[in-house]
Amino acid sequence: MILIPPFIAFFIAAALALVLRGWARGLVAIVIPALSLANLWGTPAGEYATVGLMQFELVFFSVDRLSLLFGYLFHVAALIAVIYSLHVRDTLQQTVSLLYAGSALGAVFAGDLMTLFLFWELLALTSVFLVWARRSQASYGAGLRYLVMHILSGLLLLVGIVIYSRTEPSLALGQIGLEQGAAGWLMFLAFGIKCAFPFFHGWLTDAYPESTPTGTVFLSAFTTKVAVYALARTFPGTELLIYIGAAMACFPIFYAVIENDLRRVLAYSLINQLGFMVVGIGIGTALAINGAVAHAFNDVIFKGLLFMSMGAVLHVTGKINGSELGGLYKTMPKTTVLCIVGAASISAFPLFSGFVSKSMVMTAAIKNGYDWVWLVLLFASAGVFHHAGIKIPYFAFFAHDSGIRAKEPPLNMLIAMSIAAALCLVVGIYPQALYRLLPHEVAYSPYDMTHVLTQLQLLFFSALAFVWLNLQRLYPPELPSVNLDVDWVYRRLLPVAVQRIGNGAFRLDQQVRAAARARVGSLLDTITSHHKPEGILARNWLTGSMVAGVVLLLGFYLLLGFAL
Amino acid sequence: MRKKAEYLFDNPRNVRWLLRGFYACCLVLFILEFLVHRHTERAWEQLPGFYPLYGFVGCVLLVLIAKWMRGLLMRPENYYETLDSADKQPDSGADHSPAEVEH
Repeated sequence: MILIPPFIAFFIAAALALVLRGWARGLVAIVIPALSLANLWGTPAGEYATVGLMQFELVFFSVDRLSLLFGYLFHVAALIAVIYSLHVRDTLQQTVSLLYAGSALGAVFAGDLMTLFLFWELLALTSVFLVWARRSQASYGAGLRYLVMHILSGLLLLVGIVIYSRTEPSLALGQIGLEQGAAGWLMFLAFGIKCAFPFFHGWLTDAYPESTPTGTVFLSAFTTKVAVYALARTFPGTELLIYIGAAMACFPIFYAVIENDLRRVLAYSLINQLGFMVVGIGIGTALAINGAVAHAFNDVIFKGLLFMSMGAVLHVTGKINGSELGGLYKTMPKTTVLCIVGAASISAFPLFSGFVSKSMVMTAAIKNGYDWVWLVLLFASAGVFHHAGIKIPYFAFFAHDSGIRAKEPPLNMLIAMSIAAALCLVVGIYPQALYRLLPHEVAYSPYDMTHVLTQLQLLFFSALAFVWLNLQRLYPPELPSVNLDVDWVYRRLLPVAVQRIGNGAFRLDQQVRAAARARVGSLLDTITSHHKPEGILARNWLTGSMVAGVVLLLGFYLLLGFAL
Repeated sequence: MRKKAEYLFDNPRNVRWLLRGFYACCLVLFILEFLVHRHTERAWEQLPGFYPLYGFVGCVLLVLIAKWMRGLLMRPENYYETLDSADKQPDSGADHSPAEVEH
């Protein structure tokens, strides 16, 4: 075992990917992360790779159970996504995706706030190229908006750190809490933007679906999970997070039901799943934190699987809107089955991975007396099955026959999806494998009679609702459309407002100028009128009147002479 | 491309069988509730049919509310692109105000 921070391995792989071509590049992109994972396995807790910079002590490799679990997760996610994108012949994407995965690993192993900030910004700078890699007008705009939000998050974090450092002697990464005042709130907000809190989630649903089929798989794995990690590290037990998380779990499912772009549906359901994690962090007990972290682990895998299956559909058909797809099961049975495994996992069917982690958060919520939050989460669980579990596979692979007879995607895509599907099943059937890696030692068993039965009842009757609504023709059809969300504020409201204010200012300016010009003109007219032939200053004066004036003046002097 | 290939769900009978199987599962799950002892955290969880009803009603409400939201939020697909054309002729920007595009 060599004690080097894992991000270095990824950055080396990225540098090699830049110069290598063909199979050599693919080999490097798989072998180096795999070696790095093997090297990381079982690293003892501690702080390694510390560098003194000015008065700061930068810790690049801080290992404990929490960071180690995220480290494993990001290695696995990177490996799956790299295999999925092996067929891509785009140096930009393949280099940047490795840099991006490396930055995420740098962030989770950062031992102090300055190092975290460094990788926080690197995450934004590297990931935006994955959005731009689609090379379309829409992805260019979405990428710019994405970058602005993430740079804003980085700036808030930096200002927070600066204020924090004025009162705290050490910048070591640990519990911060909102009691810190301004510094705490700024960092909370910075993490919140990256974690897609309500009203700050626009970048996610805007940019992720605009990326390439392979780019979205990388994007869905890292950025938001780094934010979850940062929150779990610095704000565990913050009650506000419970309510934010409940809102996050709830509102996106409404959007997901009416959204047409199936990858955007998945982006909404990504926020919904983040909600469960944020609730877990907010509750802050050992069970809840374990649940949040375990759910982050599972979510990366099953959401990655769903994004991969939709990416495969986009790759082979060139279409991703529900209104244009349907009936693909006929020629893509393997992709269909793999997608259904992902759908069953995100819906938390027993024996699939979502079941063993979501239930930990739910149990923690009800055990700590958050009954209403629990009810909201239960609704969100039913809703997620409705839109991600049924809608995604149904509208892509079944529903009405779109007439598309696409072939299965390339072999590497199928292999990557199979690995993810296998992981979903392994964790679902043998959850102890994951539980053993969790940060806290907690005895928890998801498979008891009550829990399995109630969950199955919830899911089957949610599905019954879908069937009933479809048979009654009440289910909203997929329509080519755009649904307004918070990004409307900066994509529509602000530009239109700026345009109107600009136009108004322009008109006002014109009016003021015209008025001023008229005033100056009339002033000039008045002055010249006095010099004209009939004007006062142009008149001829009589000699007699001048003499009379002199007499008057002299008389005045005389008066003055008498008076003084 | 095979012509006139018959796939699994092209035959309405297969769909019917699938649905029947599904209804049977729902029924079995509902009945099981009364046969199995459930240990629950809260009293209302013990209400007969709490989970099935919550799932069914929750999802129906979800879809109906979402349908209603469409009336407020749905815009044509090129909605955000229209601003660019509005840029070129500033006065037409006013014609695309959100309230007016509403259906």
